[in-house]
Amino acid sequence: MTLFLVITAVVTLLAAVAAMSLRNLVHSALMLAVSFSGIAAIYLQLNAEFVGFTEILVYVGAIAILIVMAILLTRSGETPEHSVLTSGWLAGIAVTALLFTLLGWAVLSSSALPAAPAAPPRVTVRDIGLELMTQYVLPLEIVGLVLTVAMIGAVVIACKEAAPAPAVSPAAKTSRPPTPAGHPAAPVPAPAGAFKKAGAA
Amino acid sequence: MNPLQFCLLVSALLFSIGFAGAVTRRHAILVLVGIELMLNSANLNLIAFWRFGPHPEALTGFIFVLFSMALAAAEAAVGLALVIAIYRHKKTSNLDEVKELKG
Repeated sequence: MTLFLVITAVVTLLAAVAAMSLRNLVHSALMLAVSFSGIAAIYLQLNAEFVGFTEILVYVGAIAILIVMAILLTRSGETPEHSVLTSGWLAGIAVTALLFTLLGWAVLSSSALPAAPAAPPRVTVRDIGLELMTQYVLPLEIVGLVLTVAMIGAVVIACKEAAPAPAVSPAAKTSRPPTPAGHPAAPVPAPAGAFKKAGAA
Repeated sequence: MNPLQFCLLVSALLFSIGFAGAVTRRHAILVLVGIELMLNSANLNLIAFWRFGPHPEALTGFIFVLFSMALAAAEAAVGLALVIAIYRHKKTSNLDEVKELKG
């Protein structure tokens, strides 16, 4: 356990506390990025370089930006005047203290942990790629599917509420093709123009 | 204290901080931030057990963290989309005012 690991851990935890307790949401998101960077530095010191760089790419690069975008889209970037805590925050703090006491007691008193640290493993990107492409190829494909579904779902959820109405009308149009007169002006302006042109001709 | 216990304690503390934020803050985005911190602490646990466990050459904890990060990214995208949808519907992202499932 080196001194640098302790310093990184302290910085990470302080940034996390700041992210959870600052009143301004934009400051909070920035402290969250600092905290993620600290976690990435901890990964680097635990010989998990690939995970560390993935953490920087995914969390600092993508998720922090996503959170800032969400803050700006919901117009909550300014500091609120009223209280930022929920009504039952005291109970929440109590439950948290209980939880940490339990976790810390379990970690410090467990006899199942290996005492002597093993030799640092040497992991190359080639090893990771081989594992991902041979033993874990099915989970990899499933994760790809889950990411696709989540992306489509996020777009569908976050797009405007008026959007489902035009999304329904092409399906209705294809389901009953012989009634264009049922919706005279509804779906697309192109048939109306075509009708007008035909009438003019 | 050996390094594994240190990493587990840091992870437990990070989890507690994230949990405290998720249950005490009023803004919906802060709740998601707390959940992200909790997920990160779980990843830190996995990496610590992989590094100091008996078989670090098996790469199981390592690969598990990679998959967990991908799922966390999906969760964050869907969660923030839900926050934006709720904000558009109710004009607020204060969780004390969003109490009912019925629109």
